[in-house]
Amino acid sequence: MKLVYFAWVRERIGRSEEERSPPPTVKTVGELLGWLKTLGEEYENALVHPASIRVALDRQHADHDQPLGAAREVALFPPMTGG
Amino acid sequence: MSIVATVRVQTADFDVAAEIATLTAGRTDIGAVVAFAGLCRDEGGALSALELEHYPGMAEDEITRIAADALGRWPLTGLTAIHRHGLIHPGENIVLVVAASAHRCAAFEAADFMMDFLKTRAPFWKKEHPRAGGGDWVAAKAEDDEAGERWSGLSAR
Repeated sequence: MKLVYFAWVRERIGRSEEERSPPPTVKTVGELLGWLKTLGEEYENALVHPASIRVALDRQHADHDQPLGAAREVALFPPMTGG
Repeated sequence: MSIVATVRVQTADFDVAAEIATLTAGRTDIGAVVAFAGLCRDEGGALSALELEHYPGMAEDEITRIAADALGRWPLTGLTAIHRHGLIHPGENIVLVVAASAHRCAAFEAADFMMDFLKTRAPFWKKEHPRAGGGDWVAAKAEDDEAGERWSGLSAR
């Protein structure tokens, strides 16, 4: 899947996008965050408070208990501050 | 007649009067137009600029979803939402919502609703560039989430 990052999540991970293949045990948004957190210090720093990370599956907001399904683009970002 | 909202995400500035004129041109059924413009303030001289990051594609899609929700809730005759991204200086425009209806109540409420959800659901992030140097991401405000929640029990009128 393609992972895309925004704002301080992007800055802490140190890249704006990447391709990743999570193991088959990763089925939900929350499980994906838990797995990403194990990939290194920069991921640990970005995802230190997973509950505050917002996720979009194929450009639609998703809850952490939502299944990843066949999502091709998964975005991670902080709570939004537009407007 | 079904109304389609105008949604734009752009770096360029917008002209509030021109957007109102476009929405009302040739129409004789509009009795109320409410326009809200959000501007960049300098925080008492401390801020040199705001940097607005957005999620291309999703930003347009999400604003369109919010606008469709507003069109379903209120009898609007026109709706425009424009959100800028990139570097924005104090005094410049950031966001515009224009809602038109036969009567003022629907126009006021729809514009208010649009702004609440633009703040909490549209994928934009503000970074402050202080005059003193450095810069940090603006933290989301709990009161913005609460403002969004007040619409959840409200049905269309």
